[in-house]
Amino acid sequence: MTTYTPPGSDGAIVNYQSRYDHYIGGEFVAPAKGQYFENPSPVTGRAFTEIARGTADDVEKALDAAHGAADGWGRTSPAERANILNRIADRMEQHLEKLAVAEAWENGKPVRETLAADIPLAIDHFRYFAGAIRAQEGTAGELDEDTVAYHFHEPLGVVAQIIPWNFPILMATWKLAPALAAGNAVVLKPAEQTPASIHYLFSLIGDLLPAGVVNIVNGFGVEAGKPLASSNRVAKVAFTGETTTGRLIMQYASENLIPVTLELGGKSPNIFFDDVSRADDDFYDKALEGFSMFALNQGEVCTCPSRALIQQSHYQDFLAAGVKRVENLRQGNPLDTDTQVGAQASNDQLEKILSYLDIGRQEGARALTGGARAELGGDLSGGYYVQPTIFEGRNGMRIFQEEIFGPVVSVTPFADFDDAIKIANHTLYGLGAGVWTRDINTAYRAGRAIKAGRVWTNCYHLYPAHAAFGGYKQSGIGRENHRMMLDHYQQTKNLLVSYSPKAMGLF
Amino acid sequence: MATRVDVTPAAAEMMRRLREQHGPLMFHQSGGCCDGSSPMCYPEGEFRTGGSDVLLESLAIDGVPEPITFWMSAAQFELWRHTHLTVDVVPGRGAGFSLEAPEGVRFLIRSRLLTEEELAELAN
Repeated sequence: MTTYTPPGSDGAIVNYQSRYDHYIGGEFVAPAKGQYFENPSPVTGRAFTEIARGTADDVEKALDAAHGAADGWGRTSPAERANILNRIADRMEQHLEKLAVAEAWENGKPVRETLAADIPLAIDHFRYFAGAIRAQEGTAGELDEDTVAYHFHEPLGVVAQIIPWNFPILMATWKLAPALAAGNAVVLKPAEQTPASIHYLFSLIGDLLPAGVVNIVNGFGVEAGKPLASSNRVAKVAFTGETTTGRLIMQYASENLIPVTLELGGKSPNIFFDDVSRADDDFYDKALEGFSMFALNQGEVCTCPSRALIQQSHYQDFLAAGVKRVENLRQGNPLDTDTQVGAQASNDQLEKILSYLDIGRQEGARALTGGARAELGGDLSGGYYVQPTIFEGRNGMRIFQEEIFGPVVSVTPFADFDDAIKIANHTLYGLGAGVWTRDINTAYRAGRAIKAGRVWTNCYHLYPAHAAFGGYKQSGIGRENHRMMLDHYQQTKNLLVSYSPKAMGLF
Repeated sequence: MATRVDVTPAAAEMMRRLREQHGPLMFHQSGGCCDGSSPMCYPEGEFRTGGSDVLLESLAIDGVPEPITFWMSAAQFELWRHTHLTVDVVPGRGAGFSLEAPEGVRFLIRSRLLTEEELAELAN
């Protein structure tokens, strides 16, 4: 067991600066209006740095820098870009522990997760797209003996990326790696709840990229995000967040006739067929871990398995074992490597979760464990902690239909296969799902019948590069995490070439 | 008279402040991840509503000359229609492009079940 010293204290392995400006054109640039906002750590609720409060003028400056860099960057060879992405990955790997502690302090998530997941996955993501761009080829179609259609990939130019706060570094990486591999310059706006860790990352890797290829503008959505998303100087907007802002971004994009990719969340079902309980073995243990995964990252995951559907015939026993498993989760100081459940990312997030615990009870759901704010005392007393909570209820309840984004699972029984699929698909969203069974035919049929972009089968919450991630229905547009994301950051250039010296004979 | 949406005094005060700075206002209730489930406050007309949206309420706020509209997507409303919503405001870091974020606060929805009487009245 290790408990890391909080950044900013004596003996910390990583420290934040007391202030961060925008990162534009490879330099730190003060905000045009000279304003900053405080950034608290969810671990303690106390501010640890201040951040530039960007406005339209800063966005324009960042777009100037990006446009200045885009042509040169777009002309670099795939090998050159791949080398840079690999160097970024290497540099991150050298500083993995520091990045992990910085991210835990910024977001409130357990360092156990940032050490094992967030940062290693981000590193691998850069390497994956370094490989993907090297392997990408255009096509040549032989239309007839003398006519050839060549298809080339070309970068879009300057793209806008708006990053969520639940995995600040990893989600930035999901967007940056394909965009950079494809040869685009980027203006990126981190979430205002978690604006600092991306700056720490760029203090490590900024020198590896040509100036202006990545520009970071901080600030509030309405003041900095909106001028970026509505700018007629970007060729594409990528956003992870919620549905109303997703629609607004599409509305802005429609004014500029540019594409968007959107990842807007879900209400993912996690289905446990009764054969899971046929034996008390490793697989049964794995399934119980899968049930408890709703508490991973305090439930602040777009694919949180926040609806557990358990077949009636093993419902009582499996649920009882699940409750026991969840009650054994260790909640506490996120900087302690034994901590499994840390802090929610912000006060408003905490308040929203508590409002759902309230309506859940009003609708008649029963809390089998948890159901309240967690008071951890000491230095953590100002932090934003919620007890892992299991609600038992019905799929029509709002806690079954809305993404709480907290460590809360809503459990309901199902009768048979058809009932399971019906409940699973009764949702506005379709991002993730889990299927647990020892029967491969059931697993396959369920996976195909669920209307969601990612169906984890006998596993959950794995996010390897090379497996497409994205939503059906209101969960969004596009597929990240896979080389197909390159398409979302590239134009197709068709050269239609005639090698015939003869006229067509029409005119 | 039964309503679908009310506001707390603190939320009303924030709406008055935002009205002074930004002109007429509207809300659109969000869904989905991150800051989903939050009511988003925009200058009226900033967010284009359409046939896929429902106007839940035109809020009359003291000191605000015109009603503040409160919208939700029709599909989401089907899942929320049995509940009454109260717009409150809490300290926070904002979300999306909602206008109150720079004030250091966040609008938040508190919910309760509508009574049989309220549901009957609202159905008419």
